[in-house]
Amino acid sequence: MDSRHSTQSPAMTEPNPEPQAQAPQRGPAISIAGSSASRPLRKSRDVGNVALKDLNAYYGSNHAVRGVSLDFDADRVTAIIGPSGCGKSTMVRCVNRMHEEISSARASGQVLLDGLDLYDAAIDVVAVRRAVGMVFQKPNPFPTMSVIDNVTAGLRLTGASRGELEDRGREALVGAGLWDEVKDRLKAPGAGLSGGQQQRLCIARALAVEPEVLLMDEPCSALDPVATLKIEELIGELKQRVTVVIVTHNMQQAARVADTTVFMLSGELVEVGPTDKMFTNPDDDRTEQYVTGKFG
Amino acid sequence: MSRQLRSVLCEHPNRHGDSRVLESVPIGVRTQGDSVSGTGHALLLDRGNLKRRNRVNRVVEVVSTIAALLAVAVLLIVVGSVVSKGVGALSIHFLTTPAGLFGDTSGGISNAIVGTAVIVGLAALMAIPVGLLVAIFTSEFASERVAHPVRFVLDLLNGVPTIVTGIFIYGLIVVPQGRQSGYAGAVALAIVMLPIVARTAQEVLALVPGTLKEAAYALGIARWRTLLRVTLPTAAGGLLTGALLAVARVAGETAPLILVCSIFGQGVLTEPSEALSSIPVFIFQSSESPSPEAHTQAWAAALILIAFVLVLNVVARAFYARSRKRMGA
Repeated sequence: MDSRHSTQSPAMTEPNPEPQAQAPQRGPAISIAGSSASRPLRKSRDVGNVALKDLNAYYGSNHAVRGVSLDFDADRVTAIIGPSGCGKSTMVRCVNRMHEEISSARASGQVLLDGLDLYDAAIDVVAVRRAVGMVFQKPNPFPTMSVIDNVTAGLRLTGASRGELEDRGREALVGAGLWDEVKDRLKAPGAGLSGGQQQRLCIARALAVEPEVLLMDEPCSALDPVATLKIEELIGELKQRVTVVIVTHNMQQAARVADTTVFMLSGELVEVGPTDKMFTNPDDDRTEQYVTGKFG
Repeated sequence: MSRQLRSVLCEHPNRHGDSRVLESVPIGVRTQGDSVSGTGHALLLDRGNLKRRNRVNRVVEVVSTIAALLAVAVLLIVVGSVVSKGVGALSIHFLTTPAGLFGDTSGGISNAIVGTAVIVGLAALMAIPVGLLVAIFTSEFASERVAHPVRFVLDLLNGVPTIVTGIFIYGLIVVPQGRQSGYAGAVALAIVMLPIVARTAQEVLALVPGTLKEAAYALGIARWRTLLRVTLPTAAGGLLTGALLAVARVAGETAPLILVCSIFGQGVLTEPSEALSSIPVFIFQSSESPSPEAHTQAWAAALILIAFVLVLNVVARAFYARSRKRMGA
């Protein structure tokens, strides 16, 4: 895991010479042509591709995610939509193995990050979470820490040297679009920021450990429209350096930010495709009913 | 009056044969064959035992208010009588002079204050770390199957009469050593403190939002570091509250000290391997004396003790309020 980290960091700032076609394209989402060709060419990353293979997740006897196979491709934003309780949050929590933090919860199947099974016995869960970051529904900055300490918490508490903390903390705040707003109060308590700033602080905190994938579990549901807009703009920038997976209740939000949209229902994957197609001409009747507001 | 109501609960006796179904039906809407509005009016106009229920309600309200007032009054009366009877003997001399020989009331309680500080301090050093660790174990590491019996045992320990704790320490430490000691008193008080510290710490740790721990785990922060750097600092105010309340609780503890730490030498002593004086034991011994001056001294010492405990409680609560705010409770 560490060796891949070291190879990854230059790719974030320099254009990668490898063509995008080299990136593994397995899922139905990506095989649909047209959408990617019509987009402007972006820097392509060859790390941060996630593949779920027959993923099942349970809470006790409740089968919350049922046999989902799905790809989250690097340099794309994937939105997961579906009615409450359809298993979208549970599914993304399986990607960084947060699912297993809940007692009685378990998962089966494979989650591959660049071909490596995150559920392999040889892989430490802490390493998984450093490679796959997460932002939660409610902003949850550490209340006892200052702004800058919040951002560098992941680095400090996982043993980074003191010297690199400040630089990487600032980098992460810039990356989360928060630097200009907080640069004069880095030592102020993180919980003193506004809700939207707190959420971007949490994004910065997740980015500071330089993950390859960033999972966002309804990151805007506790925020007002202005703060939501800022986060959505941020997501557009983030996809250049990290694979973004966003769970959302808000279909307009999925339409605005996502390249690929996944629709789930009752724990099952119903349809996955380019966002334009999912919202205008989905293949599945249930998708059409959901996106037109007939249920959910 | 019924015009204002959109719906009433009414019965449809014929709808499902024998079973009676309660459901909401808008007034004025008639379903086939049912005179719904008639039933509704009947229900609304039938006041039944409403009068009696209102009366019972009133009685319960008054009785419980009186009980609450009584509890407050007890504290006020206790504090008031302690102040009125003790304030006369209170002086700088009383606070800074050690007690005289038996029957000599010219001395003060400086040796008792120092003795209480040493004994309670030692007890706190023993009970607070262990109590915190017990709480950390049950709330962070143990499964519910283990945590539940541990909590139950702590509650039982909290209910053990302190005289029993005193006898236990008497047999365990005083008898083998052949003499009383400050250590024996401190161990006895530590046993009294332990369940208080552990139980309050458990409650406080349970208040730390799970989302904070999730945030830490999702950053790849190990469990023990999350505990040290996130959970404990967040809960610090509340944990301090529990510790202070436990100190306040044992500062006035008398029964075990009479058994294991009540025969002490003259002057201000600080060596806990000898028996030390303490404020509660001073109060007890002075109140047993036939001299009225000694009684006044007992009241004055009681005033010092009660003031200490009240201040500690107020401080503890202030910390707790701050901590709760931090935890968003």
